[in-house]
Amino acid sequence: MTSPDAGRMRPGPSLWSRIQSGAIERFHIRIESLIVLLVLAAAMAVLSPYFLSWSNFLNIFLATATIGVLAIAATYVLGSGGLDLSLGSVMGLAGVVGAWVAVKAGLPTPVAVAATVGAGALAGFVNGLIITRAFVPAFIVTLGMLGIARGLALVINHGAAIYGLPAAMVYLGQGRPLGIPMPVIIFIATAIVMHILLAYTRYGRHTLAIGDSENAARTAGINVQRHRLSLYTLSGALAGLAGLIFATRVNAGDPTAGLTYELTAITAAIIGGTNLFGGRASILGTMIGALIMGVLQNGLNLLAVQSYYQQMAIGAVLILAVFIDQWQVRKESRV
Amino acid sequence: MSLLEITNVSKSFGPVHVLDGVSMSVDRGEVVGLVGDNGAGKSTLMKIVTGMYTADQGRLTLDGDDILTHSPGERRRMGIEMIYQDLALAKQQDVAANIFLGREPQKKVLGINFVDRATMRAEAKAMIDRLGARLPAINRPVGSFSGGQQQSVAIARALTFDPKLVIMDEPTAALAVREVQGVLDLIRQLKASGIGVILISHRLNDVLSVTDRIVVLNHGRAAANLTTAQTDMAEVVSAIVGGADMADAAAHESRG
Ligand SMILES: Nc1ncnc2c1ncn2[C@@H]1O[C@H](COP(=O)(O)OP(=O)(O)OP(=O)(O)O)[C@@H](O)[C@H]1O
Ligand SMILES: [Mg+2]
Repeated sequence: MTSPDAGRMRPGPSLWSRIQSGAIERFHIRIESLIVLLVLAAAMAVLSPYFLSWSNFLNIFLATATIGVLAIAATYVLGSGGLDLSLGSVMGLAGVVGAWVAVKAGLPTPVAVAATVGAGALAGFVNGLIITRAFVPAFIVTLGMLGIARGLALVINHGAAIYGLPAAMVYLGQGRPLGIPMPVIIFIATAIVMHILLAYTRYGRHTLAIGDSENAARTAGINVQRHRLSLYTLSGALAGLAGLIFATRVNAGDPTAGLTYELTAITAAIIGGTNLFGGRASILGTMIGALIMGVLQNGLNLLAVQSYYQQMAIGAVLILAVFIDQWQVRKESRV
Repeated sequence: MSLLEITNVSKSFGPVHVLDGVSMSVDRGEVVGLVGDNGAGKSTLMKIVTGMYTADQGRLTLDGDDILTHSPGERRRMGIEMIYQDLALAKQQDVAANIFLGREPQKKVLGINFVDRATMRAEAKAMIDRLGARLPAINRPVGSFSGGQQQSVAIARALTFDPKLVIMDEPTAALAVREVQGVLDLIRQLKASGIGVILISHRLNDVLSVTDRIVVLNHGRAAANLTTAQTDMAEVVSAIVGGADMADAAAHESRG
């Protein structure tokens, strides 16, 4: 080990890697994703004169709200080593259920709101029950639920959307207290609560510990199955909340709402630094990931790119994000 | 009344009978060695004690209380701790997170329970220092540590909450000479403070030097229950290999 290269083989931590690990330790985010977001925003600002306006800024958050809430759900489930592919379908089902309760059953808005979130939570609870009690893999159960929930959403009103929500309910999607759209407020508030829950409470720590090593969690006395059940229920409830935001924004319970949204939501979570295999996750990172998806979509819209191509772009970004993550992991474990 | 009483415990995994009516006991302040061939059923028996596996039949009491129906978490709260052979650590979490996993100290802010990270970190550091373990950094994921360093974290995890019974499954397997002596000293300290210890180890010299009794498992049965002061390497080895001709094996172990 006296060769002149010896020193070069094991360099001390560079400034860059110190920033990287600092960002992860302090804020649980991958610094790269923040840079991607800024670069993307700068590129959009150059490409489109409308990009850098306050109203477009709010537009991006508004467009990100639904996906953002779903991405928060994906963050919890992925962080625990699980998977929820039914997010988009459950969101669609919840919106239809809420609209049905408000319009067809004519029940008051608070009941309709509770029914929307509750329908999502129930779907998630069923997912969790089958995963934890019948030991069917999450991939299969939530894939099945993707089909079941979508089918149910279509069955309820024979495939047609339910229009004409009461004004109080529509306010949740279209109201603008202090000029800020309600969905943005709901999104930010949800993110703050879920961030605190994940980073600063036992619940959040146990979620990541289970995703890291189920065996470690079990030997520590954590009731892993019960925790998993609660996580899928939480995931469903958040999908219900996303359904509420969407339905009240477009003023309709649309059975096709949220189609393929799970793809975007999972992508956002992974771009934000969530470990695909569990054990590491942060809501702050997911917010950045969701905003990247939002900016991407908003920018492609401003540039009048057809939605088919947008789908392709999102799919490509997902694969790219996982590739970069795995590449980082391999690099770290090499030396 | 013994601290831990295992009575007639049996366990099969499908068609494989792993434990066949095993009984053993541990007193307060007693160190019991549990030895046997690879696959004899040592880890399985101890996982039944911590609640990771459920016994097909048998009885388990701690301080006279039946614990068979208690969850792993409840048994841990009652004072049963185990250092698992595979360590059972959460590799992406840091030292404090692992030591306090499932028992994080909390503080109330606005009526909500938050994990008290400052306390957690300080106490984790104190515990690591008390054990004399040398870790590169306490706030790093334990997966980045060496095998021996990880073993220190697993030991710290088992000792932080005033256990009554500590089960160690090959705690020295990854340790250097000096660290092994450290663990043996630690076992003597635990004994002196009235804690019951079960030590599983293939290092028979260690077992002979630190235990009061030695229970030998052979094909899922308790083949021998020896008083350490009145036995020797030859007798232990003979019980492990099942009475076959073992002069060579015993001679080899004695040299080691
Ligand atoms: N979860 C399991 N499923 C099926 N068989 C198991 C399981 N755990 C252990 N066994 C079997 O039970 C037997 C005893 O295993 P155990 O781990 O208790 O042995 P051990 O005495 O601890 O051995 P070692 O000294 O190698 O650690 C082995 O034959 C093993 O294959
Ligand atoms: Mg073993």
